[in-house]
Amino acid sequence: MAIATVVEQQKGTEETALITGSEAIAVACKLADVDVITAYPIRPYDTVMQYICKLVANGEMDCEYIVAEGEHSQFEIVKHASAAGARVFCGSSGVGWMYAMEALTVTPALRIPMIAMVGNRALDDPGAFGVEHNDALAVRDLGWQLVWVDNAQEALDTALIAYRVAEDRRIFLPCAISCDGAFLTHSQAVVKIPSQEQVNKFLPRYNRGDLLLHPDNPITVAPQGNEDWVMEIRRQNYAAIERSYGVIKEAYAEFEKIFGRSYGNPFFEEYMTSDADIVLMGMGTLSTPVKVAIRKMRDEGKKVGFVRMRWFRPFAAEDLAKCLSRFKAVGVIDRDYSMGSPYNSGVLATEVRTALYCGSGAKPPVLGFIAGLGGREVTVPDVEKITASVQQAAQGKTQPLTQWIGLRE
Amino acid sequence: MGRLFAIEIIYRGIFQKTLARNISRAIVLAAHKEGKPGISFGRYGDSPERNGIPAKSFAIVATDDVTLEEGMAKYEPKDVDITICVDDTLAKGVESWAWYGLQPVNKLLKPGGTLIVTSRLEADPIIAMCHRKETPYEMAILKAIPSFSGLWVYKDDHTDVRILGAIAKILPDLFSLKSVQAAITDEWHDAVKVTSAARAYEKLTTVTVKPTQGNPEVPFKFDLPKWHEMGEGIVIPSIPAGHKMEDPGTHATGGYKPDRNPTFKKFSTRTMRPVVDFDTCIKCTLCWLQCPDSCFDVTPEGLYDANMEACCGCGVCEAVCPVPNCVTMVNESSFHDNASQWVAWRKDKTNYKGWVQEKIKGHGERSHGFRYLGQYEEQVPEMLDIATKG
Ligand code: SF4
Ligand code: SF4
Repeated sequence: MAIATVVEQQKGTEETALITGSEAIAVACKLADVDVITAYPIRPYDTVMQYICKLVANGEMDCEYIVAEGEHSQFEIVKHASAAGARVFCGSSGVGWMYAMEALTVTPALRIPMIAMVGNRALDDPGAFGVEHNDALAVRDLGWQLVWVDNAQEALDTALIAYRVAEDRRIFLPCAISCDGAFLTHSQAVVKIPSQEQVNKFLPRYNRGDLLLHPDNPITVAPQGNEDWVMEIRRQNYAAIERSYGVIKEAYAEFEKIFGRSYGNPFFEEYMTSDADIVLMGMGTLSTPVKVAIRKMRDEGKKVGFVRMRWFRPFAAEDLAKCLSRFKAVGVIDRDYSMGSPYNSGVLATEVRTALYCGSGAKPPVLGFIAGLGGREVTVPDVEKITASVQQAAQGKTQPLTQWIGLRE
Repeated sequence: MGRLFAIEIIYRGIFQKTLARNISRAIVLAAHKEGKPGISFGRYGDSPERNGIPAKSFAIVATDDVTLEEGMAKYEPKDVDITICVDDTLAKGVESWAWYGLQPVNKLLKPGGTLIVTSRLEADPIIAMCHRKETPYEMAILKAIPSFSGLWVYKDDHTDVRILGAIAKILPDLFSLKSVQAAITDEWHDAVKVTSAARAYEKLTTVTVKPTQGNPEVPFKFDLPKWHEMGEGIVIPSIPAGHKMEDPGTHATGGYKPDRNPTFKKFSTRTMRPVVDFDTCIKCTLCWLQCPDSCFDVTPEGLYDANMEACCGCGVCEAVCPVPNCVTMVNESSFHDNASQWVAWRKDKTNYKGWVQEKIKGHGERSHGFRYLGQYEEQVPEMLDIATKG
């Protein structure tokens, strides 16, 4: 690593580097030998494009690096490159991601295994840079696979896993890796960099097969179709995202074998849940204050645990319902909003309730909490406040179904 | 349950779109005069904005609101009392932009229903163009060119109100002539148009078409694949490149016939087709080069044979051919199959010469629009005369 600080040399070829979450994803792109990368600056996503740019400029990475004139073109270019058989990488943040929306909708429809990083950022206005999850969540219904990570190591590992899953012929669907702006994209941590040999073993070459757009394989892609065709096309994509659940499991198992790092259940992380009465839930980097608060509350004798969702699409509903049925109450912290939704809860809370409603086990009450919008800090006292309300619910006391936390009121 | 009435209007986009809409609107308005609720709409999957593309409008009327709702609870009516065809070349069938194959023009007609065709031909040649139907139906010919009535640049020829008068005669339970005339007055404020409706009412005659009459061909259709049978990613494999042609007499091979999509064929989108005089062709390649749909098969001797399962009837080949009368566009009603002209020529050149002469003589008639400068000035007053005098 010419740029990263190599802090220690581990057994054989595995190195470590002090890098940000964005840079970790850039390193994953280098290791995955991505062919075509498009860029258009917007904070905090731009941190990944800058780092890839450096890797290319330093001769450490060989790829087509195209700076587009806007996000829409940025995503269209990689869509086409992927159709022609290139491994691609792309990304954006906030309204930049929304500007690409038309391209984002056609990408899963055309079964393009694009990997994108979303540097989560509040949507405009008022033009805040800080994290909110509504940008990435805007594609949740379209066939994108969506995963949230909470540290730089996980960002690197998940990017490699995402390529393996997305490019699996059974799937061929795009995947967005969500990284919280600032907390993950702009803070450096020591990350283990796997060796090229390990990555080569884990990640087969992208083979588009019969869908390859190439003169030797003449095909028409995306002709116009009417109501006689649309339902069948959507049903095919349902089948693919249904399969994704199993392919993700396979990929994590294989990852553990090759890299020796285990993530347990790929879909969600459980923290101090084995004896917990109640649990909190959330996605991304709010895991840090939540875990700190839980340790503090545990010292005070409160049996609180935490379930951090990684994969939001596919949503492991049955597994989650089974897990949550063990607890007396659940508090879901959403770093997003869903205006006018059932009980005006956030997106995750609503999905968790749906998963539980149809699950076979016990159905603990689910309280929704909106917190940390626009990058506002979620503090330890905030988490304690949330926990107090969830404890009340666990004792059968009625609590508001949605509460705003950390709001000046 | 009360009684439900359904009428469809089959027309060509875009110039007949207003005509079709005016007819279906007026049907609903005339029925409304008698207290019957109704709805007028166009088939959404069609593309009526495209020039010449077959499309449909519907008027659904009922004796009460509940019955009307029953009639509307489907994408398009499955059976109709009257089918109105305002371009006689559509008697060969309806090839919608939302391609479902070729739909016979009389497909939706109830047993004993009536097909009204505006045409300058007699009933017999029109019947020959229509696919056979298992049950007998009535046919009424309203003498008229394929009208653009209602189009703002087109002088009114009263085709719309003549059709309305005819409906009052055929289906008196739907509305009376009096109601139609009242609706026409409300819509157009034109006493002459009211008279034209009455003339059509008085003069209308129908003939019964028996199941043994008409085109015996089974109309082209195809089965839609199941979702798991379809290729993924909205990807369609290309059509193979093509192959050499074979001379029907000598069996010599040569030339080039491109392979074409076996499912998406061209049928009644076309109102005219090229008739090629192979004896005068100088093999300049221009027709082959300029045809927008790659219709021309190159024969072993280097001639160009327009394939009628691909031709949209645009007339470009006629326009670019440098030899007088070598390529002539001829109205579709003159043909009853899509057979190769070159094969016919190879089999019997003298016979073919006579066939060409017969086809191009007086048949250089366009159904959709006008064929030569001044034709509009000739035809529209004639139509108006027929309308008002009957
Ligand atoms: S009429 Fe048009 S589509 Fe048909 S053969 Fe001629 S040029 Fe081709
Ligand atoms: S344009 Fe006319 S002369 Fe030229 S090849 Fe075609 S038919 Fe023959």
